Amino acid sequence: MTGLIVSHLSYAYGAKQALRDVSFDLPKGRFCALLGPNGAGKSTLFNLLTGLFTAPRGDITVAGINLGRQPRAALARMGVVFQQPTLDLDLSVRRNLLYFAALHGIAGQEAAVRADAALAQLGMAERAGEKVRGLNGGHRRRMEIARALMHRPEVLLLDEPTVGLDAASRAAITAHVHELADAGLTVLWATHLTDEVQDSDRVILLHKGAVIADDTAAALRGAEALRDTFLRLTGGTAA
Amino acid sequence: MRWAIALAAILHREALRFVGQRGRFVAALVRPLVWLFVFAAGFRAALGLSITPPYQTYITYEVYIVPGLCGMILLFNGMQSSLSLVYDREMGSMRLLLTAPLPRWWLLFSKLLAGTLVSILQCAAFLAIAALWGIRAPMLGYVMVIPALLLSGMMLGALGLMLSSVIKQLENFAGVMNFVIFPMFFLSSALYPLWKMAEASPRLRDLCMLNPFTHAVELIRFALYGQVNGMAALWVTLALGLFSVAALWGYDPARGVQNRKA
Repeated sequence: MTGLIVSHLSYAYGAKQALRDVSFDLPKGRFCALLGPNGAGKSTLFNLLTGLFTAPRGDITVAGINLGRQPRAALARMGVVFQQPTLDLDLSVRRNLLYFAALHGIAGQEAAVRADAALAQLGMAERAGEKVRGLNGGHRRRMEIARALMHRPEVLLLDEPTVGLDAASRAAITAHVHELADAGLTVLWATHLTDEVQDSDRVILLHKGAVIADDTAAALRGAEALRDTFLRLTGGTAA
Repeated sequence: MRWAIALAAILHREALRFVGQRGRFVAALVRPLVWLFVFAAGFRAALGLSITPPYQTYITYEVYIVPGLCGMILLFNGMQSSLSLVYDREMGSMRLLLTAPLPRWWLLFSKLLAGTLVSILQCAAFLAIAALWGIRAPMLGYVMVIPALLLSGMMLGALGLMLSSVIKQLENFAGVMNFVIFPMFFLSSALYPLWKMAEASPRLRDLCMLNPFTHAVELIRFALYGQVNGMAALWVTLALGLFSVAALWGYDPARGVQNRKA
């Protein structure tokens, strides 16, 4: 079973090379952290993975389906949590979920059932009618994750999903997504925060547009803290 | 079926947002009303209008500019919604939209249609207020103006979408006001008939004739009086086709607006 395969992906903004020959292969049910400092190419990679850009060279395969050749079938198997908030603040929690479901072709009774299931899973069933504006940042993010799973994707992509959240929300969301991976979902989690990575996670270290390390966090860091490994490999200083 | 579900959801969302943001609705209505009640009232004395089709009698200046102000509503809304799509807080929801497993052209078309329908509601409110003020069109006109507004609104929305995707300098609304909205609005038949413009400068008149907004306004003007201006309809349709193709080109994932570091 394949989760997400990226092979020989390169991308340039004009003369500026943003990604060079990026390849990795995530098996199903794996939590993989895409770790890289700002400007490493994480966002570019996400835009390519979600089909917002297409790359002139390289291939992306989502749950066995080639994104370049069958973009819609591939997108249908993918859940995405963007870095920017994508909720309609003035619409209700429930309405936000139904809107997303409809974009994925789910309507009527089925959409209602899935929205209820998502709300129950969030423990937010009683807040379904509330406007999203009334939710705190952590709840909004949890909701975006639940929403990204409504069409039952096989691969979940998250682009720095904990930006702007407090420590407790950050820890809760990180743990929650790890559980999702344990349940069989393939997860690619972009971040520059090493404390969100567990020892058993796969880590792909992206630096200046290239993959400079790809291993489990435990193997990668050896005896040092992952943060130190990260800084050493990317030539950064403590931020 | 999946396509229809998505279209319905996009229209529904726009309708809910419209209902939820009454302030925006009122603000969008104030602009043409100021033009109608202040500008036109002041200008009435200065500008005498003879009988030209579709009018069958002498008309006051207020009567003349009503269709142009409908066009103004469409123009502002078209620019505003398309640009906010890209640069404002809508960036996230645009991404959500574009990653739906449907053809991109269909998603953009749905978005365009949703925005246009909201504009038509605003035009309806504007025409209702104008009617209360005594500026009335025949009943048939109020029906026929709907497809004219739809076609014109789609054309101007597509123009906004095209600009948002291909022109990188117009990153704020002020730039769009100066370089797109004002020239389009003033170089058109919205505020003065083209024969008046020709008296001032034939060259300016020619420019106005090339402006698709002129044809949108004329399409609306004739429709409001129960007539079809075939020439204007043709121009507006051609412009819609051109802008749509350009917008789709701009939103092609291999290039265009998305293709740069945000």
